[in-house]
Amino acid sequence: MKEIKMGLAGNPNVGKSTIFNSLTHSNQHTGNWAGKTVENAVGIMKNGEEIYKIYDLPGIYSLLPHSEEERVARDFLVFDDYDFVMVVCDASSLLRNLNLVLQMREMNCNLILCLNLIDEARKKKIEVNSSKLEKLLGVKIIECCAHDNKSIKHLHDEIIEYSQNIKRVPKRNIVKYPAYLEKAIQMVVAQLQHINLKISKRWLALNIIRNDRTIIDKINSQLGTDIMTDEMLSALYKIKKMLLDEDVLINEIDDVIVNAINDKASSIYEQVVTSKRTKLKELYLDKILTSKLWGIPIMLLFLGIIFLITIKISNYPSEWLFKMFSSLEVILNDCLIDLGLPSFLIDMLINGVYKVTTWVISVMLPPMMIFFPLFTLLEDFGYLPRIAFNLDGVFRKCSSCGKQSLTMAMGFGCNCVGVTGARIIDSKRERLIAILTNTFIPCNGKFPTIIAIITMFFVGLGTDLKALIISTLILLLIVLLGVLMTFIVSKLLSKTLFAGYPSSFILELTPFRRPRIMKTIVTSIFDRTLFVLGRAVTVAIPAGFIIWILANINIGDLSILNHLTSFFDPFGKIFGVDGVIIVAFLLGFPANEIVLPIMLMCYLNTGTLVDYSNLLELKTLLIDNGWTILTALSVVILFIMHYPCSTACLTIKKETGSWWYVFLSCIIPTILGLLCCFIINLFLGPLV
Amino acid sequence: MNDLSLKDSLINEEVYVDKIITDNDIKRRLLDIGLSRNTKVMPLFNSVSGGIRAYLIRNSIIAIRDIDAQNILVRRAA
Repeated sequence: MKEIKMGLAGNPNVGKSTIFNSLTHSNQHTGNWAGKTVENAVGIMKNGEEIYKIYDLPGIYSLLPHSEEERVARDFLVFDDYDFVMVVCDASSLLRNLNLVLQMREMNCNLILCLNLIDEARKKKIEVNSSKLEKLLGVKIIECCAHDNKSIKHLHDEIIEYSQNIKRVPKRNIVKYPAYLEKAIQMVVAQLQHINLKISKRWLALNIIRNDRTIIDKINSQLGTDIMTDEMLSALYKIKKMLLDEDVLINEIDDVIVNAINDKASSIYEQVVTSKRTKLKELYLDKILTSKLWGIPIMLLFLGIIFLITIKISNYPSEWLFKMFSSLEVILNDCLIDLGLPSFLIDMLINGVYKVTTWVISVMLPPMMIFFPLFTLLEDFGYLPRIAFNLDGVFRKCSSCGKQSLTMAMGFGCNCVGVTGARIIDSKRERLIAILTNTFIPCNGKFPTIIAIITMFFVGLGTDLKALIISTLILLLIVLLGVLMTFIVSKLLSKTLFAGYPSSFILELTPFRRPRIMKTIVTSIFDRTLFVLGRAVTVAIPAGFIIWILANINIGDLSILNHLTSFFDPFGKIFGVDGVIIVAFLLGFPANEIVLPIMLMCYLNTGTLVDYSNLLELKTLLIDNGWTILTALSVVILFIMHYPCSTACLTIKKETGSWWYVFLSCIIPTILGLLCCFIINLFLGPLV
Repeated sequence: MNDLSLKDSLINEEVYVDKIITDNDIKRRLLDIGLSRNTKVMPLFNSVSGGIRAYLIRNSIIAIRDIDAQNILVRRAA
């Protein structure tokens, strides 16, 4: 069996992941914003006995990395042992894409070029002469529209045809540098004569002249010898002098290189592209979406609509799932009795594990299935970078950057996704701030409970439109509280733990694209919903065990759970809540969805989670147990401000590589949440 | 020389890059997105929250913060 290794490279947002998904039948998440793919994804494409391992690399602008994900892609392209690379270009912004193509061409790796979105370019009246481009670059070019199956089939066939007979790309110095730099390159190449390298010596020479230690060190460790010999150092000394004679400082060499590459890109572009487009169409839309008058209201409207639809619709499938699971429970219970299992074990499995797990599914699945596709539609359309643009000023004042708003937006779906998404932020300092503050954004797991509490205590239990609008507005206010806390904590962190200036930041406002509705619904369900749900269920199963044990094993007359709630009661009272609420939050560490069910379990002393589908009964129960409007407010505040769930904590550990940051991400919101509750109860307590 | 900074160029006014006068990390990024010498740039619109502006650079819309744009020297078309 033959295995072929192929890299998929290109600028951000040119449709690499869409091509990757179509070629490998994967469900890698795609989205219309730069920096979506944050680590190499591997997929398999088969052709008879041959296996094509395709690596979807994070988008890069150049081979000189700027952020972590760019380094991942660069290391693959420069140092990995692949058969060939397909670089994907957006036909409608070829000029900028050519920069990377020319750099890769200089590296002299086996290369083919996929000219993607050719249909979109034509719609914009941009014509690319691919056969001429093929001649000028000396690489095979395949035209493609990644959304079209026929086009993908053609791409698939072309890749196979190419890989049957991979020809080394002809060596040609496409980019001509100024004479003094060409001479310098020759001097360095002369010192590399005796070394056997896969990559082009000319390209390496350029990077030695640039003194790029990341490349030099990696080559040294690959070769097991130091390429910076005395002869090389003396050649570099001469080069430095020569450059000075030309009035070029060594730190200006990047400009010289990039100027030459960009000049070449412009010259090729002029020869192969004819554009009849006079004005960018998206400008009209952009001017509205980013206008001083409409920018922010439109953003709030979009988010409001998404919340409204999620709240309104998800109740129905939730109820349906609850019913289905409770009928299944009876059948399962009978089966376990038939199997002759001891009754305590049956109780533990059914009332512990099964109940907690199905509970998490019933409350999590419907809102996620509605929220994720809606959010993905916005994302596909290209709206997210506009949010980052609108809000950058505010984030800059908090010494952070507008891209944090994207991680926050992802956090609405799931904080784990938001934490992972923070990789799109170049600067480590700002990335950490985004990670540590993501928990202030209420995720889908918190929404159902927050909404239930709002409905019971702040709106009244009417189901009319007025009640719905009021509850949506209150929910928006709560979300804004989370956003405000994010700003405050970001500012505090940047002044204290992460003191320093905000790093520079560039944001591409990607072209608007018509979202593919059906595809979005299908992929966002498989890609995000089931992924998050799967992880939640893995945590819910052991949590079910623990909760059952605590609620059903007695010490003296009371269960362990009762002992715990009494123990925490005086502590809770300081913050306007009771021991039950504190214990529910502690035991709800695996998933925020089970916090309220645990409270009910404690209040009713049932030993198992209790349904709260009837809000009127629930409200009565809570009031009977001493809840006031202030208790409700404190619980909502604690929902916004407490430690992230266990899955999010694990994700933070994975992303930051340090338990210290996990600790910070837990302790900061918890202290702030308790502090807020304390202050509110201090001032409002006497009034209620 | 009639150099001005990109930050001070006017909306919808075509200008051409002369030089980037900073050694920060950002310079590399600006060069990568195609802001090299003689590249045509057109400021498009400002952010509602201020401090950042969108520019048309090589057929793409790219937002650059004012703090960085003031280090990009440009000249008006002759």
